[in-house]
Amino acid sequence: MTDDPRSRIDTAVKGSDVVLFMKGTPLFPQCGFSSRAIAILEHLGVGYTTVDVLQDQGIRQGIKEYSDWPTIPQLYVKGEFIGGSDIMMEMYESGELGQLMQEQGVSAAQ
Amino acid sequence: MAMAAEDIETMIRTAIPDAHVEITDLAGDGDHYAARVVSESFRGQSRVAQQRRVYEALGGNMGGALHALQLTTAIPS
Repeated sequence: MTDDPRSRIDTAVKGSDVVLFMKGTPLFPQCGFSSRAIAILEHLGVGYTTVDVLQDQGIRQGIKEYSDWPTIPQLYVKGEFIGGSDIMMEMYESGELGQLMQEQGVSAAQ
Repeated sequence: MAMAAEDIETMIRTAIPDAHVEITDLAGDGDHYAARVVSESFRGQSRVAQQRRVYEALGGNMGGALHALQLTTAIPS
């Protein structure tokens, strides 16, 4: 097993159905956008895992290249990049995000 | 480092000439903005693709100088 950021990101992205790369933790988000992303996932009631990019500079830079997306948070569902917090909010408000989770068979939080 | 609202608007309009751009200073501190970008050229593109185009227009400032930019993209109705 290699330990470079890209493979750590790859492992995280493929390790769970719903993965949020964020600043801080669900209980203590360290930025308003990450906080908003967590609120959306909580409202949807889906199970998810998070990666705190502030704990790992390699991942913090690496995720931007991995997704070709310059900002954090970033949401992945079933290995697919969905978007940042603004896209999450738009999709949540239109009902698309809940629909996507259902279509992807993402299970509810335990 | 923050950016001026006019600079954000100019960069977006240079890259996406038909874009209608509205910048709102959210906190009144010149550092927390919302941008709404409406362009016919977004038609047929996913939200991710639309926002990528705006991020590219901002030439690498997104996530750096522009940490706090809420972005909405839309197609004219």
